[in-house]
Amino acid sequence: METNTVYLDNSATTPVDQRVLDVMLPYFNEMYGNPGSMHSKGLESQSALEESRKKIGDILNADSDEILFTGSGTESINMAIKGVAHFYGKNINKGKHIITQKTEHHAVLDSCEFLEKEGYEVTYLDVDRYGMVCVDDIRKAIREDTILVSIMYVNNEIGTIQPIEEISKICKEKKVLFHTDACQAANYLYLDVKKLGVDLLSLNGSKIYGPKGVGILFLRKGVMITPLIHGGGQERKLRSGTENIPSIVGFAKALEIAQNEKEKESERLKKLSDKLIKGILRTIPKSFLNGHPIKRIPSNVNISILDVEGEAILLYLDDLGICASTGSACTSKTLDPSHVILATGLPYEAAHGSLRFTLGRFTTEEGVDTLLEVLPGIIKELRGISPVNLRAEDFKEYLSEENKKISLKVAKNN
Amino acid sequence: MSENDMKTHVDVKATVESKKWFYNEVVREHFFNPKNLLKSEEEAEEYSKEASGIGQVGSPACGDMMKMWIKVDSETETIVECKWQTFGCASAIGSTSMLSVMLTENKGMKVEEALKIKPQDIANRLKGLPQRKFHCSVLGDKALRYAVNDYFRKSGQSDRVIVDGAKIIDKILKITDKDIEEAVLEGAVTLEDVQKKTKVGIHDKSCIPEVEQLIRFYQEKYLS
Repeated sequence: METNTVYLDNSATTPVDQRVLDVMLPYFNEMYGNPGSMHSKGLESQSALEESRKKIGDILNADSDEILFTGSGTESINMAIKGVAHFYGKNINKGKHIITQKTEHHAVLDSCEFLEKEGYEVTYLDVDRYGMVCVDDIRKAIREDTILVSIMYVNNEIGTIQPIEEISKICKEKKVLFHTDACQAANYLYLDVKKLGVDLLSLNGSKIYGPKGVGILFLRKGVMITPLIHGGGQERKLRSGTENIPSIVGFAKALEIAQNEKEKESERLKKLSDKLIKGILRTIPKSFLNGHPIKRIPSNVNISILDVEGEAILLYLDDLGICASTGSACTSKTLDPSHVILATGLPYEAAHGSLRFTLGRFTTEEGVDTLLEVLPGIIKELRGISPVNLRAEDFKEYLSEENKKISLKVAKNN
Repeated sequence: MSENDMKTHVDVKATVESKKWFYNEVVREHFFNPKNLLKSEEEAEEYSKEASGIGQVGSPACGDMMKMWIKVDSETETIVECKWQTFGCASAIGSTSMLSVMLTENKGMKVEEALKIKPQDIANRLKGLPQRKFHCSVLGDKALRYAVNDYFRKSGQSDRVIVDGAKIIDKILKITDKDIEEAVLEGAVTLEDVQKKTKVGIHDKSCIPEVEQLIRFYQEKYLS
């Protein structure tokens, strides 16, 4: 690991853990066989494949043949949503209605949009100001022809944790399939699919200190999907293509480590993120936390800072070796600010100044302290050159008590 | 590793010699060391008293807001000082800083000349902006036009206020038919292309039908 970078963008991707890398390496050039081959080299790889599958199955409290390997979290999600839609919507004509929420990852939203063009109907549920979906809204949205509900476990931008167990109860009762995108959850939350009650669940390697380019889809026995990729018939004919053994082995190891260490790591990061949140809100006027105050993963700190634009902050931080991300329009391809932040009801002007810091396994207290040292100065400078001066009063409902003290005072001075 | 092996690996080596940065070095310089900037609200207030003209465009909701102050020598009709403030990204900061330099270098630019500056000229002086960030450079140029008009009004030359034959299409961002014309000339074909360059209709959605009509008009005029 580089020592001079303070990497606070772990929800974008994580570095590969050395322990993961170590188990992967032999599979590149020593145990390189194709698991589909009958000879000893093939069988060697096949056993690595099936052991990995079993390991993941055990962690998820699922049978190993309920685990399918894919090329990414995005692929798993596409496979789940389009796969269910095509099977239940076309093959057996059960219906063409899907329910999801506005703050999903684009892998979900764009898959749904694609299906809409094919004649499916999608309900995009609203969320509250903390990014929580209302469970009762889901119940009300379910219709005769509803085939799938897809709600993410944890939001990637604001870290809000959704009530998956409650949602799955409704889906069971109404006999509708339930998929969850759990890509951001694996480091901190349990993944027991029986307890969660989900029918499909997506994960990927690049968020859990595993390799990029590998994901899994948990597909409960009895749930049918139409495959996206056809060919050699790997993964029970549901996802053809020679299995990526080094990455699969790495994924299994990464998930094992993440799940073994989740309690300890949550506790450690909670302290750090609390310190970061408090530190920012105490020193930077007109700043507030986005997402849920309690039901959030301990690694996520999403802050809106008024009167300044996110990209400029991001680049100033980067110059000092701190990596973060922003919901500002200027870094998006659509020229619109983050759809997640907007869905929580925040006005555009506050969304442009949103910053996301995501802590991780290699984040130290020193790193957090460095950020806390430099951020107020950067904001002060950018506010100085900004012709915008929004009224703190207008954002009162978002400001913490402590922040109100410095924000309202500042407003008065002006 | 043999020398031959090294060669085959060169292709996939990430650049490590210098730290990677999203924009080029010229933009970087203007972003981190912006020229002619008013650095606080107090400075801006003070300067407003002495400025010959002030122009403002955009809003914080759009993600860009620009304010520009100019001082004009009325004898020579030359812009002797240009100050600005922005709520915007690196591209907006960099291009406005560059514009202020262009206006004031070599003892200042004649007002008439200044009005001829196009966003593309600023981008060229910056040695290029990433395609999808080009629209950010439009604001400084627009703020300047408003500042000049303000100067005309304040100096009793209301007859010189430039409406430029231009008609405001997008009422929020004050985007004119000229801007759309320019976008088409730069190769924009669809509404999306034009929006990438100008942001037209992103907030003032009511203008979209008119924008689409204009795109068709200019395409026929120039490209068919």
